[in-house]
Amino acid sequence: MNLKELITDKVKKKFGAALEEVSDFRDDLCLTIKNDQIVQLAKFLKEDPELEFVMLKDVTAIDWATRKKRFTAVYHVYSFKLNYTLRIKANIDDDPPVIESVTPVWRSADWYERETWDMYGIKFINHPDLRRMYMPEGFEHHPLRKDFPVLGIPGSLPLPHKAE
Amino acid sequence: MGLEAKLTQDGFITTTIDSVIAWARKSSVWPMPMGISCCAIEMIAAADPKYDIARFGSEVMRFTPRQCDLMIVAGTVTYKMAQVVRRIYDQMPDPKWVIAMGACTSSGGMYRSYNVVQGIDQFLPVDVYTAGCPPRPENLLNALMTIQEKIGKTKARDYQNRSLKELELSQI
Ligand code: SF4
Repeated sequence: MNLKELITDKVKKKFGAALEEVSDFRDDLCLTIKNDQIVQLAKFLKEDPELEFVMLKDVTAIDWATRKKRFTAVYHVYSFKLNYTLRIKANIDDDPPVIESVTPVWRSADWYERETWDMYGIKFINHPDLRRMYMPEGFEHHPLRKDFPVLGIPGSLPLPHKAE
Repeated sequence: MGLEAKLTQDGFITTTIDSVIAWARKSSVWPMPMGISCCAIEMIAAADPKYDIARFGSEVMRFTPRQCDLMIVAGTVTYKMAQVVRRIYDQMPDPKWVIAMGACTSSGGMYRSYNVVQGIDQFLPVDVYTAGCPPRPENLLNALMTIQEKIGKTKARDYQNRSLKELELSQI
């Protein structure tokens, strides 16, 4: 059985209808899961003895701006055993965008999720320390959202006043 | 100045205190290397034997602001970093000067975006802007010479009894 079928079958068997979409674009397998199942899926992928996706390489997000489920959280996980990188996605409603944190499964999610929170304003529930990563504390916006102007919002970032 | 020749002839010179002090100041400008990104590499190159900033008396790059009189801001200044740059500037003793090295510090450069200050002159009094991305070391040396020219025209008392009202003592 080929690798992609193995992964898809296993996940399908375990999660059934919660697996919303399976896509295979340019040889990249991508699983879209219902957002309340993300931690269970993470645990399954990591702990299944045939899969062992032990390494989380990245967490990021997409802002679709006009779509009903406005955000998509994206995870890239890697298995040393299979030498394979898998992409997982979860669609998130706006207002407010929340999803459970995968830090209990992969510790490396800590800073990735902080960055995603900083840039997109997606709240990760159960995250141990959800502070901003790049922007200063106290900043109120999330710069990578589509409705954020590229030159910023005047006055939102304080500057020291001019020295004489 | 041809000092040596003068001294062997007469053994003394006449001048004004102002010009002696200005000459001393401009011949020993100690830079604060505020190297925050790629421009810093060219600033470092200006200090190496090929370009040799020591020819201008400025080889003593001090990493403590208390001993500096010229801040070379070399690199992209973000809003977050602006607070730090300003705090270091405030710690430098008067008289002090600022070179805005490179496109980023002068105008935000290619980073026309929300996180980069579009020109450090929004919060620092800049004396010389240096064009380039990054400017060549010659360009930085030229900026230094321009500053020296400027210092040469100052009078010692220009910097006396300056009011401290602008200084935020809590920041120092
Ligand atoms: S001006 Fe160019 S070389 Fe200098 S800091 Fe900006 S991007 Fe880097």
